[in-house]
Amino acid sequence: MIKKLGKWVDDRLPISHFWNAHLAQYYVPRNFNFWYFFGSTLLAIFVIQIVTGIWLAMSYKPSAAEAFNSVEYIMRDVHWGWLIRYMHSTGASFFFIAVYLHMFRGMMYGSYKKPRELIWIFGVLILLALMAEAFMGYLLPWGQMSFWGAQVIISLFGSIPYIGPDLALWIRGDYVVSDVTLNRFFALHVIALPLVLLFLIGGHIMALHEVGSNNPDGREIKNNKDEHGKPVDGIPFHPYYTVKDLLGLGVFLFLFALVIFYWPDGGGKFLEAPNFIPADPLKTPEHIAPVWYFAPHYAILRAIPDKFLGVIAMGSAIMIFFFMPWIDRGMTKSIRYRSLAFKVILFAFVIAFISLGYLGTQPVSYWHTLFARIFTVIYFGFFVALFVVSRVEKTKPVPERLT
Amino acid sequence: MIRAFVFVIANLLGVSTVLASGGDGVPLKHVDVNFSDKAALYRGAETYLARCATCHSAKYMRYGRVATDLKLNEKQLAALLPPGAKPGSEMMGFMSEDYAKETFGVVPPDLSLIARVKGADWIYTYLTSFYADPTKRWGVNNAVFPDVGMPDVFAAEQGVLQPVYKDVKLPDGSIDKRLSHLEGPLIPGSMSPAEFDQTVKDLVSFMVYMSEPAKMQRMAYGPYVLIFILLFTVLMYFVKKEYWRDIKKVPDSD
Repeated sequence: MIKKLGKWVDDRLPISHFWNAHLAQYYVPRNFNFWYFFGSTLLAIFVIQIVTGIWLAMSYKPSAAEAFNSVEYIMRDVHWGWLIRYMHSTGASFFFIAVYLHMFRGMMYGSYKKPRELIWIFGVLILLALMAEAFMGYLLPWGQMSFWGAQVIISLFGSIPYIGPDLALWIRGDYVVSDVTLNRFFALHVIALPLVLLFLIGGHIMALHEVGSNNPDGREIKNNKDEHGKPVDGIPFHPYYTVKDLLGLGVFLFLFALVIFYWPDGGGKFLEAPNFIPADPLKTPEHIAPVWYFAPHYAILRAIPDKFLGVIAMGSAIMIFFFMPWIDRGMTKSIRYRSLAFKVILFAFVIAFISLGYLGTQPVSYWHTLFARIFTVIYFGFFVALFVVSRVEKTKPVPERLT
Repeated sequence: MIRAFVFVIANLLGVSTVLASGGDGVPLKHVDVNFSDKAALYRGAETYLARCATCHSAKYMRYGRVATDLKLNEKQLAALLPPGAKPGSEMMGFMSEDYAKETFGVVPPDLSLIARVKGADWIYTYLTSFYADPTKRWGVNNAVFPDVGMPDVFAAEQGVLQPVYKDVKLPDGSIDKRLSHLEGPLIPGSMSPAEFDQTVKDLVSFMVYMSEPAKMQRMAYGPYVLIFILLFTVLMYFVKKEYWRDIKKVPDSD
């Protein structure tokens, strides 16, 4: 009976086709390591953010008069409100931790290279949408950091010549960040950007499943098939990687719960102390620091003496990732078989990124600015060096089979 | 703990509490907040309502919530409730805003979330660092919050600490007087230094609780959630191992 019903549906909706094409008969390299957990982790975080977001929106009030109060109402009077709120706020930080690690994996193993350029481009678009999503979400608690952070970031648009001031006004919908801004950011945060993210993630995964996954060896498994046309180094995603990703999910959830239950403010990094003061347009905080995941870009912005050029540099720091597939001109994908020079510049880039992240949260001083400038040069220098190194580097031979 | 101990000893001996020059440079004294000591939290609540609530509101906190979280009986709750307040009432200040403005020049800030903004150590240091300064409106100043507009509400219990100033040479060669450290009161307070220290610590604990009542719950549920996830993870580890048994590494001879 159930079987019959199943067949009836399947004749009209390609469920078993989808199941086979994307899971049971979708072949994946068998040598994925630790770095390959973050794709499924990110999907899990996305779902967590959507679900907790829906429940938060049931009690949150997007108005300048009520927003801060309603967050405290959620934290104190709504049943399990504190848990949902902490899941959402911690989820935002974990989202970026996982995204940055996921991108680093791509850089290590050359996952952006032909034929995966579009997967990578979708990925960078997801990063941009996620940044917009996080930025707008951060305004909603309507604390001092929410308000002044938004004020500073929106004013950056105002530094663009000619159209800047009008553009900033258009974004805010007012001359200062106000109730109007809060309301539209709420609309964008809960409807527009999640939809954009959903479509981009769909595109990212569709493009991935079209060409198949790269792997830590950087050798295409499709080039080596057995007599049945199955890749000899490939295994079906289901059940092998579903069970492996469930293990990864367990580890992620453990760390996630550890932060939610014992360290929800992340030492002032996930929830900043000044944000427990209601937004006050008349009182500028002594030190306005962006949330940690924007800190590297903010440090680059401040490192440039001219505001508009700083905005350009900050934008370029993200946009440059779109060109990664063409900046890297090497044929060898994986760091395992690439030159020492490649390893050195990638390491320098990581150090620069983390250091800028630290500097972006610190007050301005002579030394901070000096180091921010040095690391900004290293940050962009990586892409220049990669362009050269990838052409001239001596690589090791890639083994015939995956190791 | 050790620092708190040293502080108590120093006070008992009448030795001064060493503080650096006033303002941002003052080192904060550490305080340990123990949520499982419900009696201490209750004492803190009593002190809060007797001293802080006269002027400050804590509008996000309800009396009934305190009773639930601290497992108070009806009598204990009734003792906390000011006249006219119900268990569901928010802990509003007892002073009207107009009167507060007239008296202090500003409306005293709401204290619901102050511990999340400033931290327990800051509040503890602040409450124990008032000192005599006749140039100020209330005759006192504060080492961590210079020129504060609040009077020393514990002057009777602690006694009024006396400041010791030191000369600081400014870059232009002139000499400026700066706060060096605080010494014990000329007239002892009604509490011994140890008693007073405990009173403030209980109060700080209550204020930390008040800033995030959910902490009580997350601490209680945390271990169960973590154990559940851990069991799930261990189970998944063995499931994965079982499934992957037939996936072999490529033989070298291939």
